[in-house]
Amino acid sequence: MMKDNVYLKLFKSTFTLSAFTFGGGFVIIPLMKQKFVDTLGWIEEDEMLDLVSIAQSSPGALTVNASIIVGYKVKGIKGALVATLGSILPPLFIISIISYFYNTFISNPVILKLLMAMNIGIAAILIDVVYELATTVIKDFKLYTLIMMLVVFIATYLNVNIILIIFIGGFSGFVYFMKIYQKSNKGGDQ
Amino acid sequence: MFELFQLFIEFFKIGLFTIGGGVASLPLIETLIVKNHGWLSFEEFSHLVVISEMTPGPIAVNASTFVGNKLFGFTGGVVATIGVILPSLIIVIVLAKIYLKYRNLKTVNSVLNGLRPTVVGLVAFATFGITLSAVFHTNVLDVNTFDVNLFRIALIIFYVFLLRKYKPNPIYIIVLSGVLGYVVL
Repeated sequence: MMKDNVYLKLFKSTFTLSAFTFGGGFVIIPLMKQKFVDTLGWIEEDEMLDLVSIAQSSPGALTVNASIIVGYKVKGIKGALVATLGSILPPLFIISIISYFYNTFISNPVILKLLMAMNIGIAAILIDVVYELATTVIKDFKLYTLIMMLVVFIATYLNVNIILIIFIGGFSGFVYFMKIYQKSNKGGDQ
Repeated sequence: MFELFQLFIEFFKIGLFTIGGGVASLPLIETLIVKNHGWLSFEEFSHLVVISEMTPGPIAVNASTFVGNKLFGFTGGVVATIGVILPSLIIVIVLAKIYLKYRNLKTVNSVLNGLRPTVVGLVAFATFGITLSAVFHTNVLDVNTFDVNLFRIALIIFYVFLLRKYKPNPIYIIVLSGVLGYVVL
């Protein structure tokens, strides 16, 4: 298996993205969007959201799942494997090294301060991407999506099981949009 | 040798049953790794959680690397990590195959249309929590617990402004925030 240009780019991209995914997996969403949609143009914007949905709904970490699915979309199973490798190497290396002196690491004031500083940047990035995603999603079906996002937000706040939320989201979409399809079919056209 | 295999199996289970977010893996790790096998002490487990907050990478992968390394060195870390991501690899590829082949079907399309705002809602909630924590150093929506710091508030507004106006690579913002925040705060 020769790592040609695309595979190498895929590996480098997932590796870099994984290396900067601090503060919980969600920040990989804007990072991936910027890399794979805007810069490389390998994925369309609305496709990206679908891929993220699948990654989010599957067992496992979002970061890894997102890398797998992007890799698969771009270059099939080989792409998925390359992307997976890229995404797990940073934590594999970093933790392997840190595990030998983690006591010093977790109490190091410089590192703690850096992390606190970066968390603010990460919060900002997430705010920005939520705004963008929300506006993208609202474009097509305003009322439904608005209500859905609000309901999900509140449900998560109330500690409803996430698997249940995802299931209800998918199911309600199924019911709602199939109804719309049926209505337009009754009109006589596809 | 058998214990190496057990390590693989336990982390395979963790990878299989962690749905909906990294935090979901914690109770599983606690049960399987700490309680059942004693591969980690409770103290090491809590350190692991802290380290995971401080390093890039999902908690489950950090855990597999950490525990694997502790038991069997680098090889252990690799084996445990492969175990934890294998369920994802299989399931995600199957779902992706289905998606790419059938996404234009009305049924599949309807489900996806429902999942999109759901995911946005989930990310919105996570963002809310991370913002509260990063800017106001609190976990709860209670203004009394807010540690109000004008610098942090100014910084986040500044970053959001930069992002909205110039659309830079977010990695630059992460680096900038690290440097700027370190100096200013």
